[in-house]
Amino acid sequence: MLELYLPIIVMVVLGVVVALVFLALSMWLGSRRATPLKTTTYESGVEPVKTARERFSVKFYMVAVSFIVFDIEVVFLYPWAIQAGTLGIIPFIAMIVFIIILFAGYYYELKKGGFEWD
Amino acid sequence: MNEILWISLEALIKAIIILSLLLLSAAISVYLERKLSAWIQLRIGPNRVGPFGLLQPIVDVVKLIMKEDIVPNGANKFLHGLAPVISLAVAIMVWAVIPVADPIKIGDHIIQMGISPNADIGILFILAMTSVGVYGIALAGWSSNNKYSLLGGLRSSAQMISYELSMGLAILSIILISGSFSLSDIVNQQFSHWGGFRWNIFIQPLGFLIFLTTAFAETNRAPFDLPEAEQELVSGYNTEYSGMRFGMFFLAEYANMATSSAIITLLYLGGWTLPFAPSAIGLEQGTWILGLVQFVIFAIKIYLLVMFFIWVRWTVPRFRYDQLMRLGWKVLLPLALLNLILTSFGVLFINH
Repeated sequence: MLELYLPIIVMVVLGVVVALVFLALSMWLGSRRATPLKTTTYESGVEPVKTARERFSVKFYMVAVSFIVFDIEVVFLYPWAIQAGTLGIIPFIAMIVFIIILFAGYYYELKKGGFEWD
Repeated sequence: MNEILWISLEALIKAIIILSLLLLSAAISVYLERKLSAWIQLRIGPNRVGPFGLLQPIVDVVKLIMKEDIVPNGANKFLHGLAPVISLAVAIMVWAVIPVADPIKIGDHIIQMGISPNADIGILFILAMTSVGVYGIALAGWSSNNKYSLLGGLRSSAQMISYELSMGLAILSIILISGSFSLSDIVNQQFSHWGGFRWNIFIQPLGFLIFLTTAFAETNRAPFDLPEAEQELVSGYNTEYSGMRFGMFFLAEYANMATSSAIITLLYLGGWTLPFAPSAIGLEQGTWILGLVQFVIFAIKIYLLVMFFIWVRWTVPRFRYDQLMRLGWKVLLPLALLNLILTSFGVLFINH
């Protein structure tokens, strides 16, 4: 148990530490000569108009919602997939029904135009 | 208590070795990218620093560290610094579950070649980490207070989550066949003694194509590099990044390319296995020589794939965004579902 998961935690900590070290190195060694002009946001050379924290297209929200729906359904498939070889025929039929329902949902959203980008 | 200490120490040593290899391989990938793109475009490429310009990536990193970190006006300072940390940290963490060779035996002690290759969460951990990687890019785009960054970050996150579904379904088919989340189990399953190939690419050709396509999209590389389409978005989510903060995104991108290649190799191309039993050429199971040979085989496969990534980038034109979304949702997702159903029928047929 311990020898399986402890190394993963060690690697996770090391990953964060290395990234922070890079950040700290550049803060320590990098030059700091900020001028008002240098810190303006880049907008093809003209003065920035308003802030960038504007509303953005609803299509991105649509993608996020579709992703959550399908991703959760895919997650349900994982416990079955790992045991599928030993489970036999009844769970198999149940999962095929589940995948068909998933596909029905997919078909519904497709026909409703949920995947159209223009 | 003592046991915890020893396990952590062993893990730390292995983690540092793997980390150095990963950063080295990111540097080599950068060099390969510049050199190969130069040859493809009939240029010479970097040739000034060191023999054949081999030291160029190292000099680049030193230069980036010495540069100024510009934080733009109105940016969220904390998130602006956090985003590259997430990107790079996640790119490193993935290697916690990736094995590089069969375990070797020194004395009575069996050493796993990898940080925790037998962990029963293997692939799940990788999927989770790639999902966290989206945060780095979305936060970078939002925190910069720049319109190009925001659009680039949004595009990138939408693209990554769209292709993650198909990737998850392709991996699911592999899990159906192997019945294990552990990557070393999946590799050992592809090994056969009788000289033939039992690689998953021959059992799962469709799944391989789907996974390869999603791997390109997940790493934001051409032909799916919409987030950094220069003509439209300057440089996408890292427009407002300079110095080492940009360098961290850069390193993460190339580390991710090596990681994707490693995962493709492990899942579909037989990992580190020899095409015959190791004893046929006099190598005993568990010796360090065999471990070294397997590691070299694994590295060669990874680098061939990295070169394929680079080759595609400099050959294929970029998609339009609606084409990218159509490919992800209307082609790859149903194909991946179909592949899953076919695979499950196959598994059922073989087992009963």
